[in-house]
Amino acid sequence: MRTLATLSMLLISITAYAETPQQIRQIYASEAAAQQAGFSPSAKRGETLFRQRFALNDKMPACTSCHTDSPLNAGQHAVTGKAVKPLAVAANAERFADPAKVEKWFGRNCKEVVGRACTPAEKADFVAYMSEVR
Amino acid sequence: MKRLALIALLGLALPAFADRMPLPANTPASFKAECASCHLAYPPALLAAKDWQRTMAGLKDHFGTDATVDAKTGQEIAAFLERNAGNPDKLGSAGEPPRITQTARFIRKHREVSAKTWSDPRVKSAANCEACHRNAANGSFSEREITLPSGLK
Repeated sequence: MRTLATLSMLLISITAYAETPQQIRQIYASEAAAQQAGFSPSAKRGETLFRQRFALNDKMPACTSCHTDSPLNAGQHAVTGKAVKPLAVAANAERFADPAKVEKWFGRNCKEVVGRACTPAEKADFVAYMSEVR
Repeated sequence: MKRLALIALLGLALPAFADRMPLPANTPASFKAECASCHLAYPPALLAAKDWQRTMAGLKDHFGTDATVDAKTGQEIAAFLERNAGNPDKLGSAGEPPRITQTARFIRKHREVSAKTWSDPRVKSAANCEACHRNAANGSFSEREITLPSGLK
């Protein structure tokens, strides 16, 4: 019982204070595994999602519209022209460090570019790609 | 005499002040987090209070993007913008939906900018202050700090 309590506390603290891309990926992977037994994040699927052309939005048909063809590069907002820092952790250590921020931008960008909310599996794959791409 | 000199100095300083619009020290963190990701943290003085109210009321379709924030954050940002808003008489009408770039002040200040400059991909949009006002993120729009992207004049 005590172990269970400690474990729940640990889980709560991870959810609230996750600080690394690995922890954030794990949060999404656990959610995905609950829906789909045996789920394991794939950087390759994440890359496919990153490059997919959804073409729902004239100005932002794909992630690459603002983030360029390489997540290691700095990008430019397709409408306002504002500089966008690289998405890849290898090029920008601040990425995928704040779970609330990550969730906010998946929320906004998936709706705008993909046309729907992204699934936990897609988010886990995407974070995996951004953490691993060199 | 001393007083006159002081007034003259003040007169000299005023035009410079008008181009210096740093964010107040008590700017809520939410303003930067919510409003300065997709575009510059525009100085609140660039729009009148009623135009900020309309902007904040229309975040659901904010120039084509859903930029809604939660109610508490929205109130905090709206109060900040209205508290520090610009003088409507000096700015002129911002149109509907309100655009900083439609105010008479913005248009007057940018009348020398060529069509070629506006359409350059490095500028992309009149919303992209930093393309030329390199220190805009610090609230500085002074003429001395303007550097057009290379090859433009």
